[in-house]
Order: sequence, then structure tokens, then C-alpha cells
Amino acid sequence: MFIPCDRGGDSAGPDFKGFTLLMPAVSVGNVGQLAIDLVISTLDMTKVGYFYTDCLVPMVGNNPYATAEENSTELSINAEVYSLPSKKLAVLQIRSPFIKNKYRPFCETLLSWVKNIKCARVVLLSSSHAYQRDDEQLLGTPLRYLLTPDLEKAVGGRMKELNWKEMEKVAAYPGISDTDKVLHIPGGGITKLLFTESCSEGIQMAVLLKFCSEGDNIPDAFVLVNYLNEWLQLIKSEVSASNNSTDPSSQWKIPSSWRLLFGNGLPPALF
Amino acid sequence: MATFFGEVVVAPSRAGLDEEEEAREETPEDREIRREIEKKREVEVLWSWRAGGRAQEPLVCSRFIVAIGRNAAAFLSSFILDSVCWEVVGVVKLWNEWCRTSSTTNVLPTDSFCLFYRLISDPTVLLCQCSCYVAEDQQFQWLEKVFGSMQKKSLQVTILSTCPVADYKTQESTLTLASPFLKALKTKEFQEPVCCPLLEQPNIVRDLPAA
Repeated sequence: MFIPCDRGGDSAGPDFKGFTLLMPAVSVGNVGQLAIDLVISTLDMTKVGYFYTDCLVPMVGNNPYATAEENSTELSINAEVYSLPSKKLAVLQIRSPFIKNKYRPFCETLLSWVKNIKCARVVLLSSSHAYQRDDEQLLGTPLRYLLTPDLEKAVGGRMKELNWKEMEKVAAYPGISDTDKVLHIPGGGITKLLFTESCSEGIQMAVLLKFCSEGDNIPDAFVLVNYLNEWLQLIKSEVSASNNSTDPSSQWKIPSSWRLLFGNGLPPALF
Repeated sequence: MATFFGEVVVAPSRAGLDEEEEAREETPEDREIRREIEKKREVEVLWSWRAGGRAQEPLVCSRFIVAIGRNAAAFLSSFILDSVCWEVVGVVKLWNEWCRTSSTTNVLPTDSFCLFYRLISDPTVLLCQCSCYVAEDQQFQWLEKVFGSMQKKSLQVTILSTCPVADYKTQESTLTLASPFLKALKTKEFQEPVCCPLLEQPNIVRDLPAA
């Protein structure tokens, strides 16, 4: 599935041992994918390979993180892997929806690759439908996390220090008490499947998700990526001189491909 | 989804509406139905030189031109193809909700078809006219079966396709844009000069041309 880019004749391919693998779920508002775009763009990560897979709708375009004429002509496809060895960070970006009936095969192949490359942990950025929240979830933070049992042992304490909220389980049959509680992530795409598979396969995975709705999801992406940053500290959040608060939003670099998300310019004849 | 100015922007690429369906375990009946549908949707590539049951050698190909969609297929019919210089060497048989192609090579321009032609004077030059719609779940199969029959060393592939101008993302309005116009995408291995500007972000290509 993973095809390395050939750079300098290194036939062994990139080494991800001990890395943190960051990836998105294709979910409501595409928030995970937008957040990943911010990470790749801000940290100026290098592409090290792609996934050759029949599970995603094909797409291709020129470099979405181009900053100048010179670097704008590298082709980019639907599933690519970027790396930043200095932070032991690998990032998978997914740019198109899943083909019907291909969720499970993709998850299986992905987790098998994750085990092969021996990365330390996987962090999945995702989102869930805001309208499906219950009364309690409507109050307080819209951000949640989940940890597989293996990762819980390692970082569960850190989540408590950060005062993060774990994703609540809901009744399997709403309205009927005494039913089992299950994990339910509506609008989360492959999130639940990937998480439950990781639990049973002993993979260290964290899910970070935000409740949101469709629309302009750029602010949601910033909120999610800042949430991630509280834990992984990918960029330094500088204290703003004017209002003395730590708001790292301005330090994330928006990629050039985010232009024109809401339609083209207007015809002058309209006015 | 309506934008600030009221125009409607299509918002695809979301979570997938049938995720709950995906998560449910398949019953044996479900599995059987799914297999039947997969079989029906299988892409079959038939090459003329394999009809006699000869060995499955890969086709030696130096240039492969693929025209996807009715406009691109019509372009080839009008300006390139003729019965003197080109011979039909292959056909793709497939079915999906939008179209069905058959194994006949005698087609009308209004039919849905996918044919392969070879230049008689240089049999390593191959041309494909694909006016049928190849569905998402068939694109990868099409790709593997077509390219799987070819020897790909030093192969140059050119893909011709069209998109509506209304889908083109640009700072100006598309109403004032002089159309039609050409844009290109190329791999870094393609070293020859390109005859038109490259496709700028945030524009992308999807489906079979992208595959």
C-alpha cells in the first residue's frame, strides 16, 4: 500500500520507527483533514510517499502547499505521507472520500502498515455531528478525546492534567435504561472502526475530535489543531503581547490551496 | 451549501452517509448479494490479439493516449482517428448505473463505449476512446486491467479530458473567462514542454483521469 517517493536512491524507504503518526478521518466538515493541512503547511513537512489504494476516490492536483512558482508543480494525490524527523512526526493526509464498502479493507491495510513501520502511536483527528449531542454535551467544551488501553497507560495522566474530556459512551438503545453503553461517533467516518480495531490489536491510538456542523469549518480546524498542540506541542504558543493570552492560531500557516473555498469571484455585470 | 453571495457550492467529500451500514456485520445473504453485485460490476478488457488463446504477453507500448468523456472522445474521432491509419485492438466491457458497454467495436458516436486503437504504421502507439462513465468502484480495476496488459518501460501517457468551466476555481468570475481553455498536469518525469499553462490550485482532477 505505501509507496515511498524515491529520493536519493534510498531503497529502504523512510524510517518511521518510534514516530507519532498523525492522520485524519474523513468526517463531518472535513475538520480532521483541514487540521492536518495546517500541520503540514506550518511545519513545512516533506512528502515521503503515498498510498496506492483502491479504497479512495482518485484525485490529483498540483502542490496544495505551494508557496512560490518553483514549488507549485509537484503532483499531489488522494493519500500521501509526510515526515518531519526532527519532531519524530509522520503525517498521513487523505484528500478524497471512501468508496462504498471500502472502509473495512482500508482500516485493515492501514493498521497492518502501522504495525509494520513500528511507529510509537497513532493520533487520529476527527469530528462528529454537533446536532447529535445530548443535553450534557451541549454545555462546555466541544472537544473530546479517546485513548486505546495501551496508550491510556502511557498518557492517560497527561490528559487529566490538561483537563480534557473523554468521549462519552451512549446507551445502545436510547430511551431505555439499563442498556449497554456503546461508543457512537456519528459523522466520524472510519473513526469508530479504526479505534475499535486498534483497541483489539493493541495499537497505541488516540482520537481527538470536535463536535461540529457542515459549513465554514476553518475555525473548527484551528480549534482542533490547537487542541492537538496542547498535548503534542508541535508549535510554540507565544503569549500575545496585546491581551496576554496564549493564542497560537496566528502561528498556523494556511496553505495556498484553501483559496476560493466558497466560490469564484463575482461577475462585474452583477452590480 | 450556500456561499456568502448566495451561489450554491456543492459540498461533497464528507464522512460518508452509510457508515453505520459499513460497521454492521455482514450476514451470509448480504455477502452473497455483495459478491453478485461485484461480479456484475467487474470490468473486462478484451484485446483482439488474445482472441486466439495465445500466450498473455504484455503489449509493447511507447505512447498511450487516453480520451475520457464524450468531448475528448469526439475530439479524437474528428481529428485523429480514421479507418486507414488506425485499427481497433481492444474493447472494455462494463456495466454500472449510468451506462453499459458491449464488446462490439462497431459503435455510434452516441453510444457508450471504450475502445482501443493501434496505429498501423507504428504498433507501439495506442489510443483509447472512453466515452462511457467508469464508476468510482470500477476506476481502479480499469486502471489495473488496462495498464496490466502493457509493458510500461519508457511509456509516455497522455490523458485528454474535459470539465465544465463552472467548476473552475478562479479569482475572477467564470462568466468573463474566455473559454474553452486548456490546462495541464504533468508528472516530474515528463520533461517535454507542455503546450498550455499548468492547472493551478485549488483546482483538482478527479475520477478516471485522476486515476
